[in-house]
Amino acid sequence: MTPDGAPPLREAAHNRRRLLMERSRPGREGVTLPASDAPPQPMPDAAMLRDGLELPEVTEGEVVRYFTHLSQLNFSVDTNFYPLGSCTMKYNPKVNEAVAALPGFALAHPAQPERQVQGALEALFRLQTFLQEVSGLPAVSLAPLAGAQGELAGVLTLRAALEARGEGRRRKMLIPDTAHGTNPASAAMAGFQVVHVPSDSGGDIDLGAVRAEADGDIAGVMFTQPTTLGLFDRNALEMCRVVHEAGGLVYADGANMNALLGRAKLGQMGFDVVHMNLHKTFSTPHGGGGPGAGPICVSAELAPFLPGPVAVRRDDGSYGSETPARSIGRVGGAQGNFGVLIRALSYITLLGADGMLDVSGNAVLNANYLLAKLRPLYDLPFDRPVMHEVVFSARKRPGATALDVSKRLLDHGFHAPTMYFPLVVPEALMIEPTETESKETLDAFVEALHRIDAEAAADESFLHGAPYDAPVSRLDEARAARRPELRWREPEA
Amino acid sequence: MSVPEDRRYSKEHEWALAEPDGLILVGITDVAQHELGDVVYVELPAIGERVAQHAKMGEIESVKAVSELFSPLSGEVADVNADLKDNPELVNESPYENGWIIRVKPDDVSELGALLDAPAYAALTE
Repeated sequence: MTPDGAPPLREAAHNRRRLLMERSRPGREGVTLPASDAPPQPMPDAAMLRDGLELPEVTEGEVVRYFTHLSQLNFSVDTNFYPLGSCTMKYNPKVNEAVAALPGFALAHPAQPERQVQGALEALFRLQTFLQEVSGLPAVSLAPLAGAQGELAGVLTLRAALEARGEGRRRKMLIPDTAHGTNPASAAMAGFQVVHVPSDSGGDIDLGAVRAEADGDIAGVMFTQPTTLGLFDRNALEMCRVVHEAGGLVYADGANMNALLGRAKLGQMGFDVVHMNLHKTFSTPHGGGGPGAGPICVSAELAPFLPGPVAVRRDDGSYGSETPARSIGRVGGAQGNFGVLIRALSYITLLGADGMLDVSGNAVLNANYLLAKLRPLYDLPFDRPVMHEVVFSARKRPGATALDVSKRLLDHGFHAPTMYFPLVVPEALMIEPTETESKETLDAFVEALHRIDAEAAADESFLHGAPYDAPVSRLDEARAARRPELRWREPEA
Repeated sequence: MSVPEDRRYSKEHEWALAEPDGLILVGITDVAQHELGDVVYVELPAIGERVAQHAKMGEIESVKAVSELFSPLSGEVADVNADLKDNPELVNESPYENGWIIRVKPDDVSELGALLDAPAYAALTE
C-alpha cells in the first residue's frame, strides 16, 4: 500500500509478461560492432529476401532480464511437487551430474580407440549387467535414445526373431486399451497390424479376448506391467503363456518399472523384450529437461538381433563395443545418450540392491497413501491396492472435472496430475507421487485437493476459471489448437 | 443427451441416416462429442475410398485425446464434410446436422438393420 491508496506498480510482475518484441525501442542497441575494415560490397536487390528482419532492439540488460524471468516461470521437480502420472517425476540426484561430468566420461569421444576409453566402455558394460539383473533377461542394448525409440527397437527386434523362425508372415500385435499411445504407434511403424484388447471388469487384461486372437497370425502383444491404471496385472502370466503357445512373442513396456525394482522380474514372468526408461526409473532428467534413454533387454533368442552397439567384456578382461551378429542395425549415433547412461549407472551404483528395494517399496507406499487419503473425494474405478500410481475418476462433481482440479492445483503450487489418461477411465486423474516425496509434501497435496473439492461444492462454477494466481489464467486450449497463432505480430494501432 | 429417432446408431457412437438419394450420411453422436470435449481436428477419408462396417474410417482429435472413427456401414465414400477442416467445432455444436462427417454409397443398405435404433442406443449410453 501507499499513503494515497494507489496500488504499487508491480513492475516485477509486469516485466515477467513482456515479450522481447514489446521491450524493443528503435535505435536501442545491445552490442557495439567494430568498424568494418573491408570496403562495403553492394548487394544486388534480387538477392534480398526481405526488407528487414524485425529484430527486437534491446539492451543486453533487457535481454538478460527477459530470459531470467522466463527461466523463473519454469516449473520443475527441483522447485515443486510434480505428481504427473506415468511420467515418474522423481527427484534427480545432483551427484549423478557430478559423476557424468568427470572428465573421463564427459571428454571421451566416440571415435577414440577402445584402448583409450576402457573405463567408459566398462561403465556401459556394468550398466547392461545391472539392467539384466533388474529385468531378468540376459541381453541388453543401451542404444535407444528414448522410451518410444526403445519400443520401436524392441518390436523390430521381436519381428527379426519371428522372421528368423520363418514366421515373418505373422502380423497381429495385440495392445490393451490401457496402453500408452506410443505402443500402437511403435507396432504400426514396425509393420504390424494393431489389434486392441479390452480390460476385464477387474482392470486386468481380458484373457478371453487374448485367447480369441491367439491364432497363427499373432506376432505378439505389447503389454505394460504394472499397467497404466497403476495395477499389477494378475493375468500377465497366463497371457504370456497363451501368446507363446500360439507362436507369438511378448513385449513389456517397462515404463512403470519403478514399482517392480528388485521385487519382480519381467523376464521371469515370461516377457521376451522389455524397454526401460532410464529418465523415469533411474532418475535421469526428463524430456525437455535433458535427453532420455530407452535401453531394451531381451531373451537369449532375441539377443542376436539387438540394435548396436553393445558393450562386451572380452576374454582378456578388456572391454569393447560390438554390433550383434544379425542386428536390426543402428537406432542412433555413437554409444546412445552416453551422459544419460552414466547418470543411471551412478544412481544404481549408489543405491545398491537394498536401495532398489527402498525405491519400489516407497513408491508403492506413497501411491497407496494418496489412494487412502483421496478416496473420499473421487471415484476409484478399480478398488484394490495400487502399485506406483493411482488413477481416480473425477466425475462426482460437475464443478470439479479432471481439468478443473488440475488447473486449480497450479494455484496451490503443485503440478497437475496426468489427466484424461488412461482413456478407459472417464475424467481420469492419474497421480504418481514417486518415492522421493516426504509425507509432509503428500499431506499438503491432499490438503490442496480437499480445499479444491470444497470450493467446487460451495460454487459450482468457481473452478472453471482456474488457475487464478498463475502467470496466465485458463487458456482456451480448443481455440489454440483450432486456430494457432505461432508468431508475434505488431498490435494494430 | 439427444438421440434423434430418424437414424441408426453403432456401438462405437456413430450414427447413420439414409437420405432420399440412397446415400447414407454418417456422423458421431451427441454423447460422443460430449465425451470427447472440444474437437480440434477431424481426419477424413478420401472421396472414393472404401470403408467397412465397424472398421476405422478416420480419426478425431479433441483437447483430451485422439480417437478413431469407425464406419457404421460398408461402402464407398461419396462425400466428406469439407467444412470440418476449418471448423472442427461443428462436430460439437451440431453433431447431427452441420457436423456430419462423411456420406457413404452403401454396398448393402440392409447393414443398417444390424445397427441400434434410437431407444437401444440411448439405453446403451445411460
